[in-house]
Order: sequence, then C-alpha cells, then structure tokens
Amino acid sequence: MFFRRFSLVIYALLILIPLLIVVLTSMKTIQETFRNPLGLPEAGLQFENYTAIFQEQTMAGYFMNSTIVTLFSVSLTLFFASLIAYGIIRLNNWIGNFLFILFTLGMMVPAQVSMIPLYSLMLDLNLTNSLVGLILVNISTTMPIAVFILTGFMKTLPKELFEASTIDGAGNWKIYTKVAIPLSLPSLSATAIFLFVMHWNDLLYPLLFITDNAYKTLPLALLEFQGEYSTNYPMLFTGVIIASAPMVIAYIFLQRYFVAGMTAGAVKG
Amino acid sequence: MKISKSIYLFFLPGLLLYAIFFIYPTVSALFYSFTDWDGLSSSFQFVGIDNYERAFTGDTIFRKTIGNNLKFMLVVVVFQTFVALAFALVVLKNTKTTIFLRALYFFPTILSSVSVAFIWSFIYDPSLGILNQTLELVGLGSLAQNWLGNADIAIYSLAVTQIWFHAGQMLIIFVAGLQSIPDELYEVAKIEGATKWQTFRNVTWPLLAPSATIVIAYTTIQSFKAFDLVFAMTGGGPNNSTEIVATYIFDIAFRSYQFGYASAISVIFMIIIATITFLQFKALRSDRISY
Repeated sequence: MFFRRFSLVIYALLILIPLLIVVLTSMKTIQETFRNPLGLPEAGLQFENYTAIFQEQTMAGYFMNSTIVTLFSVSLTLFFASLIAYGIIRLNNWIGNFLFILFTLGMMVPAQVSMIPLYSLMLDLNLTNSLVGLILVNISTTMPIAVFILTGFMKTLPKELFEASTIDGAGNWKIYTKVAIPLSLPSLSATAIFLFVMHWNDLLYPLLFITDNAYKTLPLALLEFQGEYSTNYPMLFTGVIIASAPMVIAYIFLQRYFVAGMTAGAVKG
Repeated sequence: MKISKSIYLFFLPGLLLYAIFFIYPTVSALFYSFTDWDGLSSSFQFVGIDNYERAFTGDTIFRKTIGNNLKFMLVVVVFQTFVALAFALVVLKNTKTTIFLRALYFFPTILSSVSVAFIWSFIYDPSLGILNQTLELVGLGSLAQNWLGNADIAIYSLAVTQIWFHAGQMLIIFVAGLQSIPDELYEVAKIEGATKWQTFRNVTWPLLAPSATIVIAYTTIQSFKAFDLVFAMTGGGPNNSTEIVATYIFDIAFRSYQFGYASAISVIFMIIIATITFLQFKALRSDRISY
C-alpha cells in the first residue's frame, strides 16, 4: 500500500517538477538562471520575459497564424471527412468500400514519404509561405484518420433512421445535416480535439513550407527562438508557455473530451 | 433502397484534396525513388534500383540509422508499456484522487513536441540541468553526464523523453481496457479463492490482450515514426548517434538535395511501417475475446 502511494507520488512529481521549472524559469532573468538554475526567482516573480517576447518578437502574429491554421484545418477536415463518412455508409456498395480502403490506407503512409514531392508541388502551386497552403495540406493528411473514426461511428447508427428520412422525402443533404451530424456529435467532438492538438502542435509541415516570419506558426517560431536564444532558457520557456497556454486551458476545462479524443486517435490510428 | 446520385458529390471536396496533396505525392515518391532527381532541376535520369541498392549495401549511415531506430523503439516499447500498465492497474478505480492523477499523467500528451524538446534539453543541460544538479545533490555527481552530447547514451536520453511524453496516453488506453472487464469475473475469482497473482494471470491479462496489442502496436509505430523530438533536441547528432530514419530522410532531402535517394529511403520506411500496421490489424482481429 505504502509502495503504491509512493510510486504514484513519484510519477506525479516526474510530471510536475519539469512543468514547475518551466514556469519558474520563465519568470527569471538569464543571469539568475545561470547562478541558480533550480532556485526561486531572486527578485520575486517577474513578467519581463513575457512583455519582452511580445514586443521584440512578432509573437502575436505567430499566435494568430497558429489559430487560423488550426481552426480552418480542423473544421474543414471534419466537414469533408463527415461528408465522406456519410457517403460511405449510405452507398454501402463496392464504391463505398473502395473509397474507405483508399482513405484508410493513408494512415499507413508516414508524412516523410509524400513530403518530398509534396514540397515541389507546393512550390509549383505557389503555396509555400501561405497559410492556405498549410491548411490544404493539413486537411489532406488528416483526412484518413478522420474518415476512419467517423465512418466507424456512423456505421453504428441505426440504418432505419436514414431509410425513414428518405421515405419522408428528405434528400441526402438534409439527412446529412439533420440526422447524421447531430447523432454523430460525440465522435465529431472527439475527432475535433484530436485534430486540434495535432495541428496546433505540428512542426513538420510549417518547417517544410514556411520560411517567411509573417506566416510562421508557434512550434516553428519556437524552434527559431532556440537558434536565436540558444541557452536563454527563460525566454525559450516563456515562448513554451505562451504556445501551450490555449491547449492547457482547454485541457483543464474539457479534460474528459481531450482524453476521449486523443485515445480515439491513438486506438484507431 | 435506391439512393439519390447526389451522394457522389459528398465525396468530391475531400477526395479532391486527398488526391492532390496526398495520393499524388505518395505515388510520385515511388516514381522518384527510381531516379537521380535533385528536387531543384527539371531534368532527371532513371537509375533503376540504384537508390535501393545504395541504401542496402553502400550506405553505412542508413544502416546505423535503422539500428538507432530499433534501439529507440525497443526501449520505448518495453518501458512505456510497462510504466503504462503498472500505473493503470494502480489508478484503475474511479476516485477523486485517481481521476486527478490520470489527468496529470496524461497532461504531457497535449504539449507540442517542440515544447517537450526544450523542457528536456534543459533537464539534460550538462551545467544547468536539473538531472546533473540532482545527481550532485544526492552525492552521485560522478554519474553526471552530457546526456545529449554523449554518443553512447544520447539515443536513450531521447527515449526517456519520448516515454515522459506519451506514457500517460497509453496508460489511459489500459485503464479503458481494464475498466471494460466485468466485475463479476473478479467476484468469481475471489469466491474461488484465487490469489492476486492468479487473478491477474487468469482474468486480467487474457482480457487485457486487445488493449495491450493496441498499446504495443501504437507505441511501436509512434516511436518508429518519431521525428520532432530528435530534430529539435539533437538534430541526429552527436556523430549520427541519434539519427533515425525520419530525420535522415529530411537531411538527405533538404540538406544535400538528393531527392531521388531520399524517396527510395522513404519508400523503404513506408514498407516497414505498413508491415507493422498490417500485423497490428491482424493481431487485433485474432485477439478479439468474447465473454
């Protein structure tokens, strides 16, 4: 019993201490960090790094870019993938099966495979250094997992509902918006959170397609800080906190949904 | 029941994007893997299977890279699964404390890999880092290390970071699997006087097999595909000791502009991942247990 509790506390500390260090360090000066990396800030908590980061860097711009990319990527992926999932379960023939397999096969392809031709395609289409380009790529690469989860869920909905609506004279669009979508809200919200975390934190595609500061997203901007500030951990950690804040706040309030979404993504992926 | 043809329009936007930005580049990768394309010029030559031959016979770094990937994967799969299962068993029941602890253990999963990379680079920092400082503090200063700078241990330092990052997610999958085991089975075991170990061996473990398969398969793929942490923490160094396939592809493609060769490596990479995924699906199908 004692050993159980002890190990739980140790694991909790292993998570908490690094996070605590991040918060404390972000409120120190770089000199303080070198003198006493683990101590409390000597002159009390300071928020200078925060004001500095917002003044010097175009942090507000990065934040905005991440927000735009994530919101559009998530909502459009959900919209298109739910249309496809609905189509697959209604068709219920070889075309539906073929499309289902075509999309789910995409889950097996690591991003590194399509990355090289995708890069030259983006150059040709003039979609590098563009948020629209990033959004289009995000939608395409998460389509497989979204289609997979949503089709799996919609298959469990009673067929009779759709058939009854058809008899009542509802067209496909009407059944999709009035029946399929409302009933699929649990799996839609789980998928939304999974996609949200994934796109907000994504590094690879911004790294490939964005070089202009005006279009950088937060993870990429953080990586650039690392080059610029190399061992200025107070500044780096201030960036980490600003970049993570929306996720952390959302997690505190919507914890259950986060867990559902991230594990649905893991299990089905 | 006859369904209106308008249903085909539903596939249009998703399929169009998927075809342009996913299927086309993936198929092209296969095509370019047989060329010497540099990614910049408009002309290239077909070189047959030269790229594949080079990967398997001439490229010592690639071989090292595969070895690093396997080391990283093995350490992460074994320890992450063990940690996740051990702690899932302890925080299984729903009390206020366990619900809080589960949420806390899961927390790192929501952070960006770049953030996690910074946090752990600081922990591992040879002079400022909490790890060396703590070792000094408890009198084990001789163990202090340049955790990311020492070619013999850097890959394991990265594995620890990966486990910190994702163990909580796997723990939650185990908890879900464990909670789906009907209580009656435990009651029966109790009535029949089974010891704790017997109960685990004969009730929990067999019924947990599906979640264990999911966790192990997912961890395998996730650790095989790892890119961000390595890219941000060591960049593959020191001396290629942490170079893994995903970062190696990035290097040969975007640092030395050998797109053709990088494509060949990425096709090999895809075949490995697809094989693992296929085995995962197969194992999942055969492991379905009904009760």
